Amino acid sequence: MTILTNMLFSFLAAASFGIMFNVPKDLLIKCGTVGMAGWMMYYFLSENNVDPLPSTVAAAFTIALIGHVYARVYKTPVIIFTIAGIIPLVPGGTAYRAMRSFVQNDYNTAINLAAKAFMISGSIALGLILSDVFYQLILRRKAPAGK
Amino acid sequence: MERNGYNGGIDNDWGDSVDALLERQYDIMDVSLLAGKIMLESGAETYRVEDTMMRIALSYGIEESHSFVTPTGIMFSIETKEPTKTKLMRISSRTTDLYKVSAVNAVSRRISAGELTVSEAYKELKSIQKAPMFFSFLIQVAAAASTSGCFVILLKGSWDNVLPAMLAGALAYFLVLKVAEIVPTMFFSEFIAALAGGTAAYFLFQMGLGSDLDRIIVGTLIPLVPGLLITNAVRDLMAGHFLSGLAKGAEALLTSLAIGTGIAVVMTLI
Repeated sequence: MTILTNMLFSFLAAASFGIMFNVPKDLLIKCGTVGMAGWMMYYFLSENNVDPLPSTVAAAFTIALIGHVYARVYKTPVIIFTIAGIIPLVPGGTAYRAMRSFVQNDYNTAINLAAKAFMISGSIALGLILSDVFYQLILRRKAPAGK
Repeated sequence: MERNGYNGGIDNDWGDSVDALLERQYDIMDVSLLAGKIMLESGAETYRVEDTMMRIALSYGIEESHSFVTPTGIMFSIETKEPTKTKLMRISSRTTDLYKVSAVNAVSRRISAGELTVSEAYKELKSIQKAPMFFSFLIQVAAAASTSGCFVILLKGSWDNVLPAMLAGALAYFLVLKVAEIVPTMFFSEFIAALAGGTAAYFLFQMGLGSDLDRIIVGTLIPLVPGLLITNAVRDLMAGHFLSGLAKGAEALLTSLAIGTGIAVVMTLI
């Protein structure tokens, strides 16, 4: 049940972000599926006690990879698919708790949480980079050349 | 070979005067620059803007062109037998409108396929530039409310927190759009939106809506997260566009700080 709830709401969240960014109507569903795939990757890994950092890398990798495939199939810039998927991974909760600790003069906890948020942001970047490299090295070589 | 550089699209243009050729070259530059301007203002990555501009020029027969794009301006020059021509375009406003990015991309593909003449392409781009947002303001605010609600559930919050997060999230996103229209100062609208959203979340919580103030506030702030800037900063840095990547990274960081400051003010007061 929780799996279904997570799938449904991550899909809805990504599609809603698509609306906020004015994604063309026929691509909204695809945006949603990219977001759902990324979040479910993150969800399954973190449910199985994998550290948030590798989970985030794997999720960002999944999102960008599906985004690249979609971009090639639907002949559309890749960012249309990736942005909506990336946002759930942004460490909003951790950054918020860090800010709250700063305000409460609890600097030790605050620096701890801020470092964690920073590392997760770095993991998102790493996932995106790995996926680009992977796509260029393997998938693009097989596919016919041309934009 | 002598004619190399400006024969695209025109059959037998040996008879053209030099003036006509120059005019055509400037028209091609205008099309490239307009395409670049629309894409950059709508939130495309820098490397994609540069690539698209050079592709358009190449499709019209300008074999050597250089484009240098930063988040605040475009420089574009073409090399032909005549002296090099360069144009500069200042970009002052940037929004997120992915429809325009994909529409210009589609026009660029059609130009590459040889389906559009220079003037047709210019007209198409002009109509894309004028296109209003496909989704109305209200639908966008509703979408923001929906993301806020969804995130409460995704962050393992309980169902009773969904409604206050949706209300406060809608208010925050409404303000971030409206305040930006009234006060053009950067980061101010995000600050106000976070401040108002946080306050609204707190009052809704006090009124008995919801059980977990932290998750409500995180859900409220999610629509404000600069996701596009973060993604594009990384992609630009990867593509070797350090200037754009760092500029966008700085913008994302300052936006996050503005949101953080807004929420910090709320937390100090309560």
